[in-house]
Amino acid sequence: MTASTLAIRGQSLTKIYGSGNAEVTAMEDVSFFLSTGEVVALLGPSGAGKSTLLTIVGLINSPTSGRLFIGEDLVTDGPAAKVNLRAYRRRFIGYVLQKTNLIPFLTAVENVRLALEINDVSGRAARNRAMELLKSLDVVHRSGNLPYMLSGGEQQRVAIARALANRPRLVLADEPTAALDSVRGRQVMELFRTVAREYGTTVMVATHDHRSLDIFDRILEMEDGKLLSQRHADISSRIAKV
Amino acid sequence: MNLALKDIRHNLSRFSLTALGIGMLLMIVMGMGGIYQGLIQEATLLVDNIGADLWVVQRETRGPFAEISRIPRNLEDRLKSMPGVVSARAFVTYPVQREFRDKPLRMQIQGLSWPDDRGAWLPLVAGRRIESAHYEMIVDQILGLGLGDKVKLGKNVYTVVGITKNMSSMAGDGLAFFTLLDALDIQYDYSGEAIRIEREARRWRVAKQDIGATLPSLLERALLPSSNLAALPTPYVSAVLVTLFPGTNVNTVVEKISGWTDVTVFTRDQQNELLLRGVVDRARRQLGLFRSLLIVISTIIMALIIYTLTLEKIHDIAMLKLIGARNSVILGLILQQALLLGFLGYIFAFYVGKWVFPMFPRRVVINADDLIYLAMIVFVISILSAGLGIWKALSVEPNEVVS
Ligand SMILES: Nc1ncnc2c1ncn2[C@@H]1O[C@H](COP(=O)(O)OP(=O)(O)OP(=O)(O)O)[C@@H](O)[C@H]1O
Ligand SMILES: [Mg+2]
Repeated sequence: MTASTLAIRGQSLTKIYGSGNAEVTAMEDVSFFLSTGEVVALLGPSGAGKSTLLTIVGLINSPTSGRLFIGEDLVTDGPAAKVNLRAYRRRFIGYVLQKTNLIPFLTAVENVRLALEINDVSGRAARNRAMELLKSLDVVHRSGNLPYMLSGGEQQRVAIARALANRPRLVLADEPTAALDSVRGRQVMELFRTVAREYGTTVMVATHDHRSLDIFDRILEMEDGKLLSQRHADISSRIAKV
Repeated sequence: MNLALKDIRHNLSRFSLTALGIGMLLMIVMGMGGIYQGLIQEATLLVDNIGADLWVVQRETRGPFAEISRIPRNLEDRLKSMPGVVSARAFVTYPVQREFRDKPLRMQIQGLSWPDDRGAWLPLVAGRRIESAHYEMIVDQILGLGLGDKVKLGKNVYTVVGITKNMSSMAGDGLAFFTLLDALDIQYDYSGEAIRIEREARRWRVAKQDIGATLPSLLERALLPSSNLAALPTPYVSAVLVTLFPGTNVNTVVEKISGWTDVTVFTRDQQNELLLRGVVDRARRQLGLFRSLLIVISTIIMALIIYTLTLEKIHDIAMLKLIGARNSVILGLILQQALLLGFLGYIFAFYVGKWVFPMFPRRVVINADDLIYLAMIVFVISILSAGLGIWKALSVEPNEVVS
């Protein structure tokens, strides 16, 4: 699998939580395609199924039915995993979750280094890379602090640094800017943009933040578990970004 | 980056406290073994030190330590005349409990066949050997007596002239060494009245017999001390210790003495064996079982602690899985903490034990074999106790982070 071939394709993905009376259809018959280096927004009201879609694309959750391809690989066929999902996640995917999920006993920089070390980047190289990312996210001054000492926005930025640490092919972010002010929120979105341009990373961001939509190549909208439309963002603003 | 250590750093006080608790448990496990080793040493110390090749005791008894043995003192002379025998000395042993400075004084009295045996073989830490035929004693420091202390036993007062270390009976009482005659005196200490009555009774018995009627002077004789009466037996002792010339065939001598129908003979090894098997064996099994139980308890407690530590981190472990960490990372995190807990507990047990055990009333002997054995046990229980936590950690799904 190489960057140029890495595109993501979902085919009739359905996710049903629970069973019997407690059954919730969180996502129904969702098909989509994400090209390499594309930055896509995922919009929709609360409960629409945005997070569900992200976790399925991120190989954290298995769909009830449908298939998911990454590049040429069929990664899941319904709930059946066709590849080593954990190795896939480790090597190709970076996550920014809706709630920040830093390891509480590691400092900011250690959290980022951890992502590098599990990918066999260690020592000085890992440390330098981690510091560089924290700097670009403007939290380098907090690098030695444990997560509980950081504000919500700072934690979120450290989480973003961790997601980007291994230069993943795919970045999935669930409301990454919810805890940030508008300026910082925009900076984060622009950072995703840059990463996509420089490394061909595909980025999918679930967001409520309509102010930064001009950054995205494409906007997917969901409602009641279904994908409504796939509209391209204003072509002129897109050209301006590239 | 070592996750296990980073996590511990975060929870340092709780982890240390836990290690302390485990350490105390391990210290007890260590102590149990030490008490057993102490029992063995206490039991065999006297036999090993006294330097006798053979122990001659009352027929069919396992004396003089495992049970009471009584043999006439003049057996000494019979044994001395045997080929190959360097010396034969009578030996007396019995426990007493008296008062000294208003506190109970329990000791095991040992009568040495002075002057052949002046206690030269005793490990003295202070004072000297027994130099006088009477009224001197050598005691173990466990008894709490000092040099020059005077203790009244029976009708006489005995002065402490020497102090030994680590000489105690199987019951844990300190040994006290006297000359044989003094020891017998203390053992057969009858009041003046009792002696007067016994002599009167003797006179009356003689008077009732023909010989008393025909030889009236015998009536006067019956009133003399018993040692002056040829008709009465010499005092009984507990055993006679035989030392052989180097190179003498022990078996030949044993065979010869075994032919005598009034005594039983044991070699030094057999005597040790009697002490260990008959007397220490039950204690050994008791301590062994108790020890196994404690090891099981330690394992369960450690498992619970590791399990709780893991449960607390379960969200973080799910996160590790989410970002793709291999199982070895997660396994390492839990296992290293378990091993560290075991290791710190062991170190704690070792050092605190070293300081605490000497204060115990009975001997606690921690030997190297036991330490190695316990280290292996701690290693194994650390790994076992991590099992539950590892099982929990490996079964958590990464999507538990988002739910
Ligand atoms: N683990 C779960 N078990 C049962 N139902 C779930 C589970 N996770 C999500 N759901 C349901 O699935 C639906 C979609 O949830 P999802 O979290 O994907 O929505 P969302 O678009 O991310 O909403 P929000 O904007 O509030 O984050 C909701 O109705 C939710 O209640
Ligand atoms: Mg959501």
